[in-house]
Amino acid sequence: MLVWVGLMGLLVILALGLRRSQQGPVAVGDRVPNFTLTTFDGATINLEDLRGKVVVLNFWASWCKPCEQEAADLEAAWRFYQPRGDVVFLGVDYVDTEPEALAYLKKFDITYINGPDLGTRISQAFRIQGVPETYIIDQQNVLRSVQIGPFTSLEQIKAAIDPLLTGEQ
Amino acid sequence: MKHLLSLLALLIVFAVSGSALAQDGGPLVPSDDQVNAIAKQLYCPVCENIPLDVCGTQACAQWRELIREKLSQGWSEPQIKQYFVDQYGDRVLATPPARGLNWLVYLVPPLAIAAGVYILYRALKAWKQPAPQVSPAGLPSPMPTDEYIQRLEEELKKR
Repeated sequence: MLVWVGLMGLLVILALGLRRSQQGPVAVGDRVPNFTLTTFDGATINLEDLRGKVVVLNFWASWCKPCEQEAADLEAAWRFYQPRGDVVFLGVDYVDTEPEALAYLKKFDITYINGPDLGTRISQAFRIQGVPETYIIDQQNVLRSVQIGPFTSLEQIKAAIDPLLTGEQ
Repeated sequence: MKHLLSLLALLIVFAVSGSALAQDGGPLVPSDDQVNAIAKQLYCPVCENIPLDVCGTQACAQWRELIREKLSQGWSEPQIKQYFVDQYGDRVLATPPARGLNWLVYLVPPLAIAAGVYILYRALKAWKQPAPQVSPAGLPSPMPTDEYIQRLEEELKKR
């Protein structure tokens, strides 16, 4: 009897774990769960605090060669939208070492908010498949589009952001 | 004997002063073995199932250099492992920490083995018990009496 109770308990725990693992990534149209990014400067950014703004969430790493392809375009896009004040770029440094990450930011003269993915919590919440990946989140914190792999041009980045600013989506 | 002792003392003095010179010569650079002793206990999330000490990606090479840097700064092995856990989460550890649901990893296998041994013991004990009594001739025991069978046999005898 005790063995059966133990076996049933184990099955329940396995079922709960399986259910948790089956929970899919944040899909387009889903509300993005809140997360906190601690920047390299030590500041903390909450997604909830950015409500009302379009958020461009980019996962990258210094060891990631494809990330370098889009680094300049992302920075150019940030500088394009920065004066408006209603678009925020967040860089999440995935499984990286800080000296190399800071060197990468310096190399590409990246000025938008960046921080490490402490405990890989943010990347796990989005269940990213690799880097780079970019998530475009609208003013209501709803995920509007996902870019797997690097953006190939500044125009491509603008094409993902502009419809949210003009209310086309 | 006295000369031998003097020579031995001299050698010890040289050895001690030599190591002191080495230490004064600048920060110690940890060897690959020292780095790998810690690295083999860690797994980079990018390269799942490949221990850090043998992983060939750039990300893992950076991690190993970080371990070397921390060792040269005098960090201990637990401190370095904790640093990696803080940065990248528990999943970087080769052996999960014994807390929360992780306890199952440590408890379930021995409990399952113990349960298996117990079940096997019970089964063997049951097999060793003497078989139920059979009739002396080795024939199956008579069928249980049944009113219908009795009537059937009586009818057959009448014919």
